[in-house]
Amino acid sequence: MTSEPIVDAKLAQRRVPLIDGIDKVTGRARYTVDLDHADALVGRILRSPVSHGNIVRLDVSKARALEGVIAIVTGDDCPYTYGVLPVAMNEYPMARGRVRYRGEPIAAVAAIDADTAEQALALIEIEIEKLPAYYISEDARAPDAVLLHDNKPGNIEREVHHEFGDWQAALAQADLVREEKISCAEINHAQIEPHACLAEYDPLTERLLMQSVSQVTYYLHLMLSRCLAMDESRIRIIKPFVGGGFGARVEVLNFEIITALLARAAAGKVLMALTREETFLTHRARPQTDVTVKIGMKRGGKITACTCEVVQRGGAYAGYGIVTILYAGSLLQGLYDIPTLRYDGYRVYANLPPCGAMRGHGAVNTRHAFECLLDRMARELGLDPFEVRRANLLKPPLFTLNGLMVNSYGLPECLDKIEQASGWKERIGKMPPGKGLGMACSHYVSGAAKPIHWTGEPHAVVNVRLDFDGGITALTGAADIGQGSSTMVAIAVAETLGISLDRVRVVAADSAVTPKDNGAYSSRITYMVGNAAIDAAQKMKTILTEAAARKLEARPEDIEAIGEVFRVSGGGEQSSLPFHEVAKAALVDRGAITVSGTFTTPVEAQGGKHKGGAVGSTMGFSYGAQVVEVSVDDATGQVTVDKVWVALDCGHAINALAVEGQIEGSVWMGMGQAMSEETRYLDGLPAHASLLEYRVPTIVESPPIKVFIVESHDPNGPFGAKEASEGALASFAPALVNAIANAIGIDLDEIPVTPDRVMQALIDRRRQARLAQSVRAAS
Amino acid sequence: MHAPSPPPRKRLLRLKLNGRWREDAVAESDLLVDYLRDVAHLTGTKTGCDGGECGACTVLVDGKAVPSCITLAVRCEGCSVETIEGMATQGRLDRLQRAFHEKLGTQCGFCTPGMIMAAEALLRRNPNPSDEDIRAALAGNLCRCTGYVKIIESIKAAAEVTP
Repeated sequence: MTSEPIVDAKLAQRRVPLIDGIDKVTGRARYTVDLDHADALVGRILRSPVSHGNIVRLDVSKARALEGVIAIVTGDDCPYTYGVLPVAMNEYPMARGRVRYRGEPIAAVAAIDADTAEQALALIEIEIEKLPAYYISEDARAPDAVLLHDNKPGNIEREVHHEFGDWQAALAQADLVREEKISCAEINHAQIEPHACLAEYDPLTERLLMQSVSQVTYYLHLMLSRCLAMDESRIRIIKPFVGGGFGARVEVLNFEIITALLARAAAGKVLMALTREETFLTHRARPQTDVTVKIGMKRGGKITACTCEVVQRGGAYAGYGIVTILYAGSLLQGLYDIPTLRYDGYRVYANLPPCGAMRGHGAVNTRHAFECLLDRMARELGLDPFEVRRANLLKPPLFTLNGLMVNSYGLPECLDKIEQASGWKERIGKMPPGKGLGMACSHYVSGAAKPIHWTGEPHAVVNVRLDFDGGITALTGAADIGQGSSTMVAIAVAETLGISLDRVRVVAADSAVTPKDNGAYSSRITYMVGNAAIDAAQKMKTILTEAAARKLEARPEDIEAIGEVFRVSGGGEQSSLPFHEVAKAALVDRGAITVSGTFTTPVEAQGGKHKGGAVGSTMGFSYGAQVVEVSVDDATGQVTVDKVWVALDCGHAINALAVEGQIEGSVWMGMGQAMSEETRYLDGLPAHASLLEYRVPTIVESPPIKVFIVESHDPNGPFGAKEASEGALASFAPALVNAIANAIGIDLDEIPVTPDRVMQALIDRRRQARLAQSVRAAS
Repeated sequence: MHAPSPPPRKRLLRLKLNGRWREDAVAESDLLVDYLRDVAHLTGTKTGCDGGECGACTVLVDGKAVPSCITLAVRCEGCSVETIEGMATQGRLDRLQRAFHEKLGTQCGFCTPGMIMAAEALLRRNPNPSDEDIRAALAGNLCRCTGYVKIIESIKAAAEVTP
């Protein structure tokens, strides 16, 4: 490792408002569409009206002739694919020859105003020869199905088959073996800011400036260079305020490349502001998933084996697909001790908008199925749900069967906290009719230990700068998208330097100024960027301490910095200097100072040696457990969440206020998936592409969430910290389904648990009861 | 060559915006949100959906919270319109702004201006709202970050401060 492990168990939790919070509450914060675009052209995209077909004719001549149309681009203008994994870039920004989903971009217009751009779209003539289209995994996998991509037989993007240990023998040794098939609907990020970008191309200097809603500006930089065949040094990316991401903006999105192509073709500035409907069409969210999970268990609850098959309907292009299907298997491990395991994963193509990464990437649906089955088996064995989980705890430090490193593990404490706070022992089994309690556990990575674009560079770089004004500026490419990462960087720098937080300014994400960062994905920023920020601040502190020592005529090792004062330890007032004098002394002879801090994960943290073994690997997992209390109305099928108790082990809460906010938000997002969120398509046409049809929970149906922060002090985390934004999400849905089982005695095998699904289950049960009664009567 | 259709005829709109009277040329079809953002250059008011779904565009018209993305600008003739930019005065945050900042009622911040304006309308008609009052008043304002927990806390904290 390039940076020394930093543990400061004594460091007090801080509760700090976001350093950019005032901009947000005053309306000053400039999001992409708020940037000055008075002189910009308006971009609009023509999208495929069919789900699958060959483009026979595309004629833009009439549109081009319309007064006020400045540029039109089509698939002919970009022969380069884009995507995430270098091995799986099979998508063009605009279709070339073939369209594979309804809403896929075909052409785009830049015009002097929106009306003209829309008129131009209507003048584009297109003929598409339809091909058979597939909307469910089973149809796409049928032997006679037309292939979406010629090199992908069976319409399978990737199959994964992993086996660890003799799972067959272990199943044979189990006292109870059960299997369930559980389905999770496709969902969407639905971040409140619709997608937008502003691209400016200067033909005189041949430079491109792109401002976009990106979570990973570095990927955007790479893909713009690739798709526009431009040297990377001629591109500048700036991230304005971003209105949420949740994974939607990790991948480079087609409209970003299209807008850059338009700006170049128009030799000017183009604003592309997608509608909410188009934002849904751009998608890249959690796929519809069928999970078949089997567990072998001893009478006392100890798991002997687990087998799991996952089928994800991935949509029309690869996107993050390979990573998602690998995560779905690898993160079966790392939470409990599972001594043998078999995993089979299938990522399937279908004629629908491509799926991608979404909060809890890959892990959520598998975890849901596993935790539901665990509860059902516990019930059958007469075990308490807490007891069965405690029977399978890990004993770190260790490496799991599939090579995942586990050092810190606060799950036992999480279990204790929520068991006690929810009054579980006193209340379980004694709830009134229609009311129930359920619980489940989950975990998530604190940053992928091996980045997708492996370059040999550190995983994170942060620069810290000091100049004559005495201000400390931290420069990072890490994208603050509302999660508070810039505030975390400011705290890490201020704590390390012993200075006040408001002396630190954070500049986040301008490729001309800030060092490259792998971005806001896999909850990597706190762990990796936090460590890099501490490393940079320590280097700055060394310089400041030496300057103070020279000035105070003391040895550097005798200097301590507390509360913006550098003093000789044990010395009186004469032997101390305020920060600004130390800063001035440090600049003598050398001028403005910039230091660079880095963080790199060691090889042993980067996962197993098997194919795909890097996915799921991390320096540290967060651990979460939650209890959900529900009321179920058996006349309407309506489920109400009355309260949630959640505990998350985030190592150390660098900013407890932000950690709470992340935990509440992730639990609630898990609730949306569990209760009401679902994308639906009618012959490939999204029937959910608005915030009315796509049912995000409103404040009315959102429960109180009681948060407990558990601190296990990870040995390598910054101040012992790990991630806090994703780990709690995956345990909501199973805790809810387990609570419904507790309330009405029905095990639901599909989420979301909409009233119609609950009613259907109730009707099925009544029908079966009547059948059983009539059979008894007949005999 | 195809000729684009001519732009719609405009008329003068007179309204009081954040306490100041002003007159601007607007088309009959212009939405209030577009007038605020493009004509008055007050970009604090956001558009999060394709019309009346999310509440990010909430502003006050004569003290009532309305979604400005489904309100015609010309309907505000003679009205008092208040936006997030009118809340902080002389360098002081309003009580709701302070509470949303300090209690983390805002994360990504995109729904925040609309959320604060809806809450302001509530506190003006009900200075001591219960949790249920807050939930009812903000039912049309979606937030995707917070789970609403800290939004409710923020509004309750603001209600305890005399305006």
